[in-house]
Amino acid sequence: MSELPQQLANGLILGAMYGLIAIGYTMVYGIVQLINFAHGEIFMVGGFGALSVFLALPAGTSLALALPVMLLGGIAVSVLVGIAAERFAYRPLRGAPRLAPLITAIGLSIALQQAIWKWYPDGKQARVFPQFKGRAFDILGATVQRGDIFVLIAAPACMIALGFFVAKTRSGRAMQATAQDPDTAKLMGINTDRIIVLAFAIGAAFAGVAAVAYGLRTGEVQFRMGFIMGLKAFTAAVLGGIGNIYGAMLGGVVLGIAEALATAYIEEIPGMEQFGGGAWKDVWAFVLLILVLLLRPQGLLGERVADRA
Amino acid sequence: MRHRSLLILTTAVTAGALTLSACGSRGENKSGDGKATVVIGLDAPTTGELSALGLGIRNSAQLAIDNANKAGEVKGVTFKLEALDDKALPNVGQQNTTKLAGDKDVLGIVGPLNSGVAQSMQQVSKQNNLTLISPANTTPDLTQGPDWRKDKRVRQFPTYFRTATTDEVQGAFDGQYAWEKVKAKKVYIIDDQKTYGVGLASSFKDQFTKLGGKVAGSEHVSPDDRDFKAVVSKVKSAKPDLVFYGGEYPASGPLSQQLKDGGVTVPLMGGDGMYSGDYIKLNKKAQGDYASSVGKPVEDLPSAKKFIADYKAAGFKEAYEAYGGSAYDSTWAVIQAVKAVVGANSGKLPDDARKKVVDAMNKVTFDGVTGHIAFDKYGDTTNTMITAYQVDKGAWASRFSAEFKKFDKS
Repeated sequence: MSELPQQLANGLILGAMYGLIAIGYTMVYGIVQLINFAHGEIFMVGGFGALSVFLALPAGTSLALALPVMLLGGIAVSVLVGIAAERFAYRPLRGAPRLAPLITAIGLSIALQQAIWKWYPDGKQARVFPQFKGRAFDILGATVQRGDIFVLIAAPACMIALGFFVAKTRSGRAMQATAQDPDTAKLMGINTDRIIVLAFAIGAAFAGVAAVAYGLRTGEVQFRMGFIMGLKAFTAAVLGGIGNIYGAMLGGVVLGIAEALATAYIEEIPGMEQFGGGAWKDVWAFVLLILVLLLRPQGLLGERVADRA
Repeated sequence: MRHRSLLILTTAVTAGALTLSACGSRGENKSGDGKATVVIGLDAPTTGELSALGLGIRNSAQLAIDNANKAGEVKGVTFKLEALDDKALPNVGQQNTTKLAGDKDVLGIVGPLNSGVAQSMQQVSKQNNLTLISPANTTPDLTQGPDWRKDKRVRQFPTYFRTATTDEVQGAFDGQYAWEKVKAKKVYIIDDQKTYGVGLASSFKDQFTKLGGKVAGSEHVSPDDRDFKAVVSKVKSAKPDLVFYGGEYPASGPLSQQLKDGGVTVPLMGGDGMYSGDYIKLNKKAQGDYASSVGKPVEDLPSAKKFIADYKAAGFKEAYEAYGGSAYDSTWAVIQAVKAVVGANSGKLPDDARKKVVDAMNKVTFDGVTGHIAFDKYGDTTNTMITAYQVDKGAWASRFSAEFKKFDKS
């Protein structure tokens, strides 16, 4: 069991990344009941945005100095693409049947992937992302890379900021009102269009942060990375209860830890040897999702709401 | 209004489909100067993650074609390369084969890179009597059938050839190298569940354990994964002397780096799928890692000096990479087969040229870039030279080359 602290740390770091992306799914769903399947790609372009900023900086700039600028660059690109997606792909379809925006989202996802593939310099291959040099830290028996410290700080900081924003600010409360009942919110003088754009922008900003974390962790960004990460984050959002921001983060962390533990320990259960290891981790992650949805259809922190449609 | 836009859409789609299908057929095979044109198709991933290898293959095939045309290798015939991108996807490879087979000037296809893609192309090539020759496929099943492990070897496709030796030979070489030269006693084996990776890893394991080595543990990962931290932690607690990976560089680069980041200080070893410059580019901690590749290092072969000089002179943007020499030889083999066919038919292309080229392929023999080229009764190359490389100061350095014949029981 000496691996346990390490596997928990692995799961926590991966899960924090899932959680940051899942916020984008859950906020948009909470407000417009749209599953924005292009969100994985908004995450991906954020990674390329941050990389572009790094490449634009004079060579030899230390990563610690460059990181805040990269972060801003990544967030800016993600947010711009997120807002543009809302304005040009989803808003014209607001009154349309539910399937139309869903299919648009899938189309947008392919378009964004192909755009990076085609036009980003050397985007057809994995691009090297800068990484922190130096030794890893030992924390409570687990080795944590320098790059991973970033997500361990950024994820809780983002969550606290978001919690404060939603609960305390005017816009945040307007957002809650829109989520509860868009028509009444409109009658109360809330500009719901602005709130929807805000939801997309916040989700995209979090995806930008996650993209920088992903780049620091794996040392590369590539045009296909949004697909798997987006799918996992969507799973995390559903697991935690879609529409609930804390649920998204919790779902992400639970999913990440479940994957890490499944990789390490399933095969030690007698009779389950062939179902363990990295190849089966996704299977176990989805088994967990199915179990949660069977026992608690609204997700871990979700509330049962009357179907508004 | 809605009906009308639907109509327009349908018309546009139909017109588009017709235009695309029209691209597939071309009739005239005489070029302006009265020479016959022979098209050699090429199928490789020229975009996507494996494009470094694929572009090296494409450029080298182009070089062979240019050299043949310049030297007038086959009198009365001008060669032309038609290069298609398979994106490393089996279904795209199959479509490409069908498309090339539809053009009757195409007498052979060079490619593909991936064994999994080859499986989907072989049947189409057989139906059309079209020679398919891969510079890079290494899965034994492609030529010898699924029962090669039980030593029941049966040729699978009369039209399929390759200039790369099999994983059976390469994995065994790696196992022997790990035991005798690296002096590893305990290895951890990881594969990516793809045809190539699994085959290589299992041949490695067979040879390594036969020699007395121990397997500290084994693990399968998904080739699309880039986060291997959970696997790394398992490897670390198993304390191996060496980690073997059956798979390709897009995953093994990050894997190697994360292994070292996670405190696994022993090197990672892999096969020809790992032997790429991009492996080192993607992985800042590649120092000391091993990879084997088929053939001798192109740079060390006297026969390859001209290839390297020509490649440089041609001014290709991309490096020739692991399979450049092999792709040149594959293309040259098709050219030689066409030469034999034309020679036997008093200087003209016969009507059943495709069938005759396939027959001629079995008898082709010449000294190529990677060594002596000839094919055995399965369509495999008779050249079983393999080289082990190690990353040293940001580049692959060759360490050891040998012919590996142990497994040749047939």
